[in-house]
Amino acid sequence: MPDVTPHLPALRWGDEYRSLTTSELRDHRTGAVIGVLSQVNAGLVRRDLKRAGAAGAALRSLSVREIVARSAVAADLFESAELPLADGLSQTASAYREQLAATAALPHALARDNQAKIASVLRELPAILRGLTRGLAPGALDHALAEHDGIPLWFVAQCEALGAVLPSNSPGVNALWLPALAMRVPVLLKPGNADPWTPLRLARALAAAGLPEAALGILPTDHEGASALLDGCGRALLFGDARTTAPWAGRASVEVHGPGRSKVWIGSDEIERWESHLDVLVDSIARNGGRSCINASAIVVPRHADAIAAALAERLAALRARALDDREARLAGFADSSLAERIDGAIEDALRMSGAEDVSARTRGDARLVAVGGTTFLQPTIVRCARLDHPLANTEYLFPYASVVEVADAEALDWMGDTLVLTAITRERANLESVTRSTRIGRLHLGPMATPTVRWDQPHEGNLFDFLYARRAIGRAGGW
Amino acid sequence: MSAEAAARAALDAHVREIVRWHFGADTGTPVWLGFAREAAFDPIRDVGGIDDLIAAFPPFDGERLRTDPHERWIPRAFAGRPFTIFETGGTTGMPKQRIGWDDYKRDYELFSATLPDDSYPRCGFWLMVGPTGPRRLRLAIEYLANLRGSSCYFVDLDPRWVKKLIAKGDGAGAKSYRAHVIEQATVLLRHRKIDVVFTTPRLLEALGDELSLADAGVKGVMCGGTEMSPQTVRFLVEEVLEGRVAFRPVYGNTLMGLAACDPSTLTGGYSVTYHAPEPFASLRATDPTDARKLVPYGERGRVELTTLTRELFLPRFLERDEAIRRPPCAAWPWDGVGEVRPFHEPGTRIIEGVY
Repeated sequence: MPDVTPHLPALRWGDEYRSLTTSELRDHRTGAVIGVLSQVNAGLVRRDLKRAGAAGAALRSLSVREIVARSAVAADLFESAELPLADGLSQTASAYREQLAATAALPHALARDNQAKIASVLRELPAILRGLTRGLAPGALDHALAEHDGIPLWFVAQCEALGAVLPSNSPGVNALWLPALAMRVPVLLKPGNADPWTPLRLARALAAAGLPEAALGILPTDHEGASALLDGCGRALLFGDARTTAPWAGRASVEVHGPGRSKVWIGSDEIERWESHLDVLVDSIARNGGRSCINASAIVVPRHADAIAAALAERLAALRARALDDREARLAGFADSSLAERIDGAIEDALRMSGAEDVSARTRGDARLVAVGGTTFLQPTIVRCARLDHPLANTEYLFPYASVVEVADAEALDWMGDTLVLTAITRERANLESVTRSTRIGRLHLGPMATPTVRWDQPHEGNLFDFLYARRAIGRAGGW
Repeated sequence: MSAEAAARAALDAHVREIVRWHFGADTGTPVWLGFAREAAFDPIRDVGGIDDLIAAFPPFDGERLRTDPHERWIPRAFAGRPFTIFETGGTTGMPKQRIGWDDYKRDYELFSATLPDDSYPRCGFWLMVGPTGPRRLRLAIEYLANLRGSSCYFVDLDPRWVKKLIAKGDGAGAKSYRAHVIEQATVLLRHRKIDVVFTTPRLLEALGDELSLADAGVKGVMCGGTEMSPQTVRFLVEEVLEGRVAFRPVYGNTLMGLAACDPSTLTGGYSVTYHAPEPFASLRATDPTDARKLVPYGERGRVELTTLTRELFLPRFLERDEAIRRPPCAAWPWDGVGEVRPFHEPGTRIIEGVY
């Protein structure tokens, strides 16, 4: 990491702005300040929103094909180049991962996976656009009026800029706003307090690849500033826990990415083969450190729950807390150890109620809450819930956690409730009918396919194109 | 004698005079005459200056401003003269009240002398957007405008109502009310030639969202009432006022009057320093654990106000603000307070910055 402490500026539609208010970026392991981050006031957010029109004009100076081509170049730069950081300092790809580990407690190995995921989105934009637009030619968005298969089309952007209030727990979520640029919609970001690195590195990579710097804003700000962004952007993405997202739920202009409560359901027709699906269950719970909303937090089965819970606990016991720079580290830590302590305390409190057992406690060998290399971790936890109304049965935590519950096929979907990603391992006709008719599933995987498996042309929380654009009716007189 | 020593000598002399006044048999104030009867010291004999005052008097219990009958606060020398009743913030229940006669005029005469004529021109029109009602500020601003040959428009904002809306989580109601206030102010700015605006940071920003104050002809803005971080000041100066309108932060209240901003602090990183209108009021940045002690220069302390006028003697009133202790400067050769913000006592919730 650089010897000089960098001051990460805000980017005001590409222009660097060093605020007089800053927050410190500390290495959670040592307390050392490794950077300071400009924090802008809500009024400044509102001012910049007024300039979104100019940002859009700058972006629209390029065709969709040009943006896509430059994004592919940016993918390589983001993944491996030494890019400008701040104060004349540059940032290598490995320095980026170190900084992310320091402030967000993400293991280098997971940071690398996330880097690759983001880069793949930048490379795969043509396929993603095709998927989201249901097969429109890229050029269809170069002009408001287009034609597809002889049908005249008129797409109207529903906002001057897409806003995004980002989390710190997983840099991969930056993949969700990136396609907006290729849809010629500028983006204004509020980065997570512990991960300003990823949006800034993306901005540097995109600029170096030739995208107009004015098309992207990064405004680190407080709660009021985030509200200004969500209020002021015609369309915005909000990531956060239930408390953060609740006030914005139901607002048409804000797409909420809150707790997912994703699940794997094995139907009665497949349950006798549960051992052959164990890899899918483990991957669903633990991929990417198990801290994503698309990780499974409940395994729903009609029988064999005790055996499945024991087998999962044993497999996941191998996923141990390791120092963040350990090549084998796959468990993300908590930069804020008090958060881990609160989660651990909440689980312990709930376990004191009857009807739930921490099956992992038998095989883990040590505590759920541990500190390794100066980082606090919560180690994988499988809870067998005999009571379906137990508070641990249908919940979600920011680490590899899952309950295992027994529910009859006919009652399973009702019990599951809202489920962001459901992997349904069943061929039973009645089961298939009920899942495909459900309105409470965001993304459905049929068959043994882990819940975090993402196809970017199959968005699990809303279609970005539909969110950003509305198709209106158009009539054109001959020759017009 | 240095300017600082001279200022200190003047303050000490003023303290003696005011103590004699409020504790004197002919001129004294019932509250303080009663205090002297119970006190273990003789204020007139023992208080020779500000240090003695700090050592001898306990912090003033502000609750008495809600409960004491007004009669107990009338100096005998003012007996029979009708007075004005001013109120401080207050959300529910009985507000704190201060009675007064002419103090505000003197305070604002002193303040007027700090304003440059080019950006706060004489013989023009002013607009105040903010808390009026029972507050001293409304009368004081009109007097200040009049002093400078000007007249003043007013748009009221009731902070008690805003605080109630925020306290019950009605953010939409608060926004709607603010929009109502701003709409009225914007109409005036669009249809009248207004030279000077007096308002709060939030309302100034909201006004700037509606129109360019510079293009509307405003030459100077005075702004206060809520916390202003250096970044907020910079934002207001550079973006809301576009660097084309003079900006003068102010810090004041019903008990003190108006503390002047050292303009040089506006150019030095926007970290604004205020100096009390000594010798009529004195501000100290005190150690939160022992308010008799000052914090070192550059450190934050709780703001303590002592009011020293013939109308009001209020020793050691601990404000609900904290600030950085700043050294004397050429124009104000006594301590200042910088980057004032609400004092946060553990376990309390602050509703601040809503207007």
